[in-house]
Amino acid sequence: MSDIKRPTSPHLQVYSWSLEMALSILHRATGVALGGGVLLMTWWIISTATGPDAYDQFRMFMSGIIGKTILFGFTFSLMLHLCNGIRHLFWDMGKGFELEDTHRSSKMVLFSSILLTILCWVIGYGLI
Amino acid sequence: MAEFKLPKNSTYKKGKTWPAEEGATRIKRFNIYRWNEDDGENPRIDTYEIDLDKCGPMVLDALIKIKNEIDPTLTFRRSCREGVCGSCAMNIGGKNTLACTIDIASYKGDVNIFPLPHMNVVKDLVPDLTNFYAQYASIKPWMQTQTPTPSGTERLQSPKDREKLDGLYECVLCACCSTSCPSYWWNSDRYLGPAVLLQAYRWLIDSRDENTGERLDNLEDPFRLYRCHTIMNCTNTCPKGLNPAKAIAEIKKMMVERQG
Repeated sequence: MSDIKRPTSPHLQVYSWSLEMALSILHRATGVALGGGVLLMTWWIISTATGPDAYDQFRMFMSGIIGKTILFGFTFSLMLHLCNGIRHLFWDMGKGFELEDTHRSSKMVLFSSILLTILCWVIGYGLI
Repeated sequence: MAEFKLPKNSTYKKGKTWPAEEGATRIKRFNIYRWNEDDGENPRIDTYEIDLDKCGPMVLDALIKIKNEIDPTLTFRRSCREGVCGSCAMNIGGKNTLACTIDIASYKGDVNIFPLPHMNVVKDLVPDLTNFYAQYASIKPWMQTQTPTPSGTERLQSPKDREKLDGLYECVLCACCSTSCPSYWWNSDRYLGPAVLLQAYRWLIDSRDENTGERLDNLEDPFRLYRCHTIMNCTNTCPKGLNPAKAIAEIKKMMVERQG
């Protein structure tokens, strides 16, 4: 029996996704994205210290469509990681594990992170 | 390590179709994963058309009907047919559950049946559970004591302490939860998985067990316990309605609390 090469049964290929599962992998992905975003902030801080020309360069990049898209993604990553992180704190206390609780908190995390992202940009553009 | 794609020998293709008998009115299609070690081929998905008017209500009824009347080579485990033995655990409609307690009617369209995910396949729907059982043995799932056995009586437990075992003792070790867990898929060689950790917790909070410290020592490990990232697939899929994710969180709490 031991020299038979047995197949591995399908996993990701067949398992149906749940919101909990999606948020879990998003939590990790946004964590990685935030690491990249910190590099961007470092660039920002260094450019302010270097002088007006360097800062202009940074500003040029960030006000372009690519820069804005990256910044928007960074904002959303921050908010999702924050909201889901708060949920993880409750889980660490052993709270919120009943199925209806996790379903509700999943929706809350998603909804509030989208809302906070939009709010951030609305305030950033001085619209309110 | 995490390998998201199936290895070369594990990719599956479409197989044979077994059409329903003539005159069948309520036809349901069952797409079932097939593999055997004899023909040297990759796994395939065979399709069986079943007349629901001549079949029992549960998915297991359909599987037994296929084996008895259509294709005797179809292989799966089953025993009690009432959700207490855990033998017929498999992936049905994208979720792990017991074939005997799940209604065919709960699936719209075709019913897709695969073995428990990310396991070595012995044949068709039968996964190799050797590692799973070895991990269960590793947590020493029996009562361990230091004090001498009281004479003329059992080790007693108050109703309140007994209540702490509710939601834990009901586990039938079907492995639905462990094989639903992506952490377990990628690290089953080192991570114990939800089912075994729920069992570990069952002994940790048993008021009669006196080896709590040693049990926690054995779990204090970056992989054995802490590969749980609260993905919640275990609790979402448990066919007995138990909550392995919460049990694991309680173990993590015990780890912190004992540090004072």
